[in-house]
Amino acid sequence: MFSLEGITTATQDWLLIKFNPTIALAIECVIVILLSISLFALLGLVLVLMERKVAARIQIRLGPNRVGPGGIFQTAADTLKLIMKEGLTPDTADKFLFNLAPFIVMMVAMLLLAPIAFAKNFQIWDINIGVLYISAISSLSVIGILMAGWASNNKYSLLGAMRSGAQIVSYELSAGFAVLTIVVLTGSLQISEIVAAQQNGWWLFKGHIPVIIAFVLYIIAVTAETNRAPFDLAEAESELTAGFHTEYSGMKFALFSLAEYINIFIVCAIGATLFLGGWMPLHIGHWEGFNHIMDYIPSSIWFMGKTFFLIFLIMWFRWTFPRLRVDQLLNLEWKYLLPISLFNLLLVTIIAIMGWHF
Amino acid sequence: MYNQTEIIKDTTELGPEGELVVNMGPQHPATHGVLHLVVTLNGETIKKIEPHLGYIHRSIEKMCESLTYRQFIYVTSRMDYLSSHINNTACALLVEKGMQIEVPERAQYVRTILNELTRIASHELWIGAMAMDLGAFTPFFYAFREREMITEIMEDTCGARLTMNYIVPGGLMYDIHPTFQNKVKAFIKQFKEKVVEYEDLVTNNVIFQSRTKGVGILSAEDAISFGCTGPVARASGVNCDIRKIAPYDVYAKVEFDEVIETAGDSFARYMVRIKEMNQSIRIIEQLIDTIPEGDFVGKTKNVLKLPKGEFYQRVETARGEFGVYIVSEGGTTPHRIKFRSPGFSNLSALSHMAEGSKIGDLMATMGTLDLVIPDIDR
Amino acid sequence: MTNEEIKEYISAHAPNATFEETGEWLNIIIEAAEWKALATAIKGNPLQMDFVFCLTCVDWKTHLTMVYHLTSTKQRHNIVIKANLTIDQPQIETVAGIWRTAEFHEREVFEMFGVHFSNHPDLRKLILEEDFKGFPLRKDFEDPINMIKL
Repeated sequence: MFSLEGITTATQDWLLIKFNPTIALAIECVIVILLSISLFALLGLVLVLMERKVAARIQIRLGPNRVGPGGIFQTAADTLKLIMKEGLTPDTADKFLFNLAPFIVMMVAMLLLAPIAFAKNFQIWDINIGVLYISAISSLSVIGILMAGWASNNKYSLLGAMRSGAQIVSYELSAGFAVLTIVVLTGSLQISEIVAAQQNGWWLFKGHIPVIIAFVLYIIAVTAETNRAPFDLAEAESELTAGFHTEYSGMKFALFSLAEYINIFIVCAIGATLFLGGWMPLHIGHWEGFNHIMDYIPSSIWFMGKTFFLIFLIMWFRWTFPRLRVDQLLNLEWKYLLPISLFNLLLVTIIAIMGWHF
Repeated sequence: MYNQTEIIKDTTELGPEGELVVNMGPQHPATHGVLHLVVTLNGETIKKIEPHLGYIHRSIEKMCESLTYRQFIYVTSRMDYLSSHINNTACALLVEKGMQIEVPERAQYVRTILNELTRIASHELWIGAMAMDLGAFTPFFYAFREREMITEIMEDTCGARLTMNYIVPGGLMYDIHPTFQNKVKAFIKQFKEKVVEYEDLVTNNVIFQSRTKGVGILSAEDAISFGCTGPVARASGVNCDIRKIAPYDVYAKVEFDEVIETAGDSFARYMVRIKEMNQSIRIIEQLIDTIPEGDFVGKTKNVLKLPKGEFYQRVETARGEFGVYIVSEGGTTPHRIKFRSPGFSNLSALSHMAEGSKIGDLMATMGTLDLVIPDIDR
Repeated sequence: MTNEEIKEYISAHAPNATFEETGEWLNIIIEAAEWKALATAIKGNPLQMDFVFCLTCVDWKTHLTMVYHLTSTKQRHNIVIKANLTIDQPQIETVAGIWRTAEFHEREVFEMFGVHFSNHPDLRKLILEEDFKGFPLRKDFEDPINMIKL
């Protein structure tokens, strides 16, 4: 049966036969880097196209349909255009920080890819503090955004960056608490163990209502953390023209928008891993036949399916809701989401200690 | 306070008291055209708004002084381009009033129907644009689906989709298209089915309500003092519908309600427009089956000459009270012509309404004022 | 209120006012100096002229005429008030403090006709550029580059 695990093991065995272990490791590193970069490019293309198609579907229109069959090469053509465009740097901008910012945002997104389990035993780095690593790294992207807003020397950018700072710092808390509920239930920070703990059922189903609440909180918080509508105040097109990336053009702008989509992918992947069982197939109690059929679907497809379902959910939000106001956004977090998540964490802890979950 | 050169210099520096001075416009997604607002901010809070106008000023009033009474009507379509039929009607009514031209009933009926269709089309566009100001993109496409049907009716009737120029002194330029009545009925049917979707998507949306309720409040006294008219004033509880106060065409014969809300906030202005669309549908329904047969244009002289004197005609456009004031010396062209545009007065209230609120509220307030910049600049 | 009652009331407050009833509405021609006091009087009871729906100026080549169209949103009577100004030094008291809509309309008249509104809170150009010369809506305005004569 096809599996990514088989391919990786075969590659590693072959490399170890041909080269000495150090060189083999170096070659593996290069392969991983190349693979993650191409995954980035591919995800960027696919997600932008998906967003446009989803938007078109919601807005009773067709969406891109000229370049390639069904418009599938539209984003490739757009990327080509963006590469060819001149990357302007404003005269009054802080040139070093201005040019650095998109790369920081991009690098943060890349670093986040490391602990994600894409399929059974297919993971770049199964670090034992995986969840902690993700929470720590994902907060860094706000530095890139603040840098971009400040260095642009533009009032819209500055306002956007400040909003983004306030927003990410506050919503980080809720997202963190939502993630903690699963850590409490599993008793481990390691991604592979969290997935393994969902062998007999996803946490969303096993963990009673508190986990469902945590899941909802997580989705709201990460939508805000990735600056997506209805929380896209950092870009707030109608208010701040384009917020923190007003002054960016060409490929530098593309990097911001790529990072945004990669961030969506990553938070959805983490959501799928924590709440929906990662690459684990759907198993229902003692239905042996059903469970067997589900096992035949490759684990990578399970993972991608769940992730893309969550991505679709977040896109659905964007094309349905109006934007919140900045004070409403912060009120929502500090007055509602945070107390709820704290109380919810307490409930989950009680459930975990008493062993009430399935 | 800030003159032109200061504005250019000012973009990267702070104001005198350390406040942030932001130029919104002339190119800005929320100003819907070339409106330029100099906004003084204290953090996110608005301290002062100063409109700078004139980016699209064509001096239509001066232009009309050298145009004849048949020609000047076409220029008015370019002012409030979303209610061009209504602007044309105002000018035609004024010339008819001045020269005592009899307008056939058929023309009056068709004018009223077209005016109401224009009002619906304008409000449809407004829903989309305002929802976009608040960050919701989807309602725009839903609104344009219905608006498209109206523009198609307009295209059949007079060949144009936006600046119609269909109304002439004495009646209409041509007779209506044979399919006119059927198409209008089809539109009414679809509109009634689909208007529910706006309710689901926009009106009952919690975020939309929290963004608009209690935002940009304008009291009835202020609305009158600032000269606000149309949905903006009616949302504050001011009776100002010219169709009721000084009926023209066949408005006196039809039944409809003047929509009044009392809250005076952005949500009230939104609700007034939504309800007004339903009232417009009601007017059209009463007229569409009873368009009388006969001439579509009355007997007029080839060269129109308004008698010496002063004439004023008020009509209700989609944005409020539109007035045409003509001072005639008895010649073929007006001596002085003044267009009282609703947007100009409504805009003057913006600063008062938005002071002390957040930037996001400014978009909600400005969006529900329904500004059309060529109407303000003329 | 009927036109006769309005006339009576206005005559009491502006003794030099003359009346003209040929048009659609009652026209009242006053002297510029009387305007501010009259405006304050007609805003309040019993006339309640609380709504200026049109404020403009007409150039008669020999003089300018300020035209104020007023209505009452409570009693629904309309009047037109006119004040003649000299062409060399057109000056009239502002009414921006009485009807706030006048602030913008007076700024427009200021730049288009050059009428100076004394005590206006913020008399700057609204539509034209700061350094624009001339008053475009006056009859003697010439702009050889941008104006096309028919």
